[in-house]
Amino acid sequence: MMADDSGIRVTSETRDGATIIAPEGDVDLSRSPVLRSALRQAQNTRPKRLIVQLGLVDYMDSSGVATLVEALQIARRNNTKMVLCGMKDRVRSIFEIARLDTVFTIAPTLTEAMNA
Amino acid sequence: MVSDPTYLSGARDLVAAVARRLGFSEEGCGQIALAVDEALCNIIRHGYDRRKDAPIWISLWPLAASNGSGAGIRIVLEDEARQVDPAQIRSRDLDEVRPGGLGVHIIQQVMDEATYEKREKAGMRLTLVKRRSSEKAASCGGPCNPARDAGGKTGKSCG
Repeated sequence: MMADDSGIRVTSETRDGATIIAPEGDVDLSRSPVLRSALRQAQNTRPKRLIVQLGLVDYMDSSGVATLVEALQIARRNNTKMVLCGMKDRVRSIFEIARLDTVFTIAPTLTEAMNA
Repeated sequence: MVSDPTYLSGARDLVAAVARRLGFSEEGCGQIALAVDEALCNIIRHGYDRRKDAPIWISLWPLAASNGSGAGIRIVLEDEARQVDPAQIRSRDLDEVRPGGLGVHIIQQVMDEATYEKREKAGMRLTLVKRRSSEKAASCGGPCNPARDAGGKTGKSCG
């Protein structure tokens, strides 16, 4: 588990061979480095599946999106399956604007992400 | 405000609150706040090279309905960062999947107008306009055609 006093909290757990990263709070320019650090740490172990649970993220800007794109690039190199799940509409809209909603594997729920 | 990313959330809240007061939907308020956030990030990262102590001015103006245009909001962002040719400020090719470089595109997609210009003595000015009438148009699912003129202004029409 990882916490930071910059207004974002990121938890990490391993379940059934998947590493699940769950940020909580707004992911913007000031806070995306915390998420980036958590993803890097998770990817250092080269999990078979990396799930980013976004159900507790109310807002994300392009710095948050860039963090996830960077993680996706690393995941592809490591043959890690990366799935985003639980997106709120407001967060999903930025992926649609950036035309990344078809690039990422996106599941409605964590359960579906475990099987995507 | 100063160019410290810590204050971005406060700026978003301020802009969204004013937009809400001017009658924008919750979705519209969120999109306007996103556009302003992206613009501030560009100033902080590219204009000020991530300095945290430089000034940024945000001005918010209600727009009355006129000449067939609905009511809306005008937001002006000014800084004292290095000046660039407004014609050089453009979105990148989105077919290339890579981190970063999405801010200008997001601003263009969300706002009805985004005009970049050099300030007289130093820095840049970005004027953003969004009309309440475009909220329905933007959600119509139809294609939007951004237009750009030589002055670094982008306009958008949906039809």
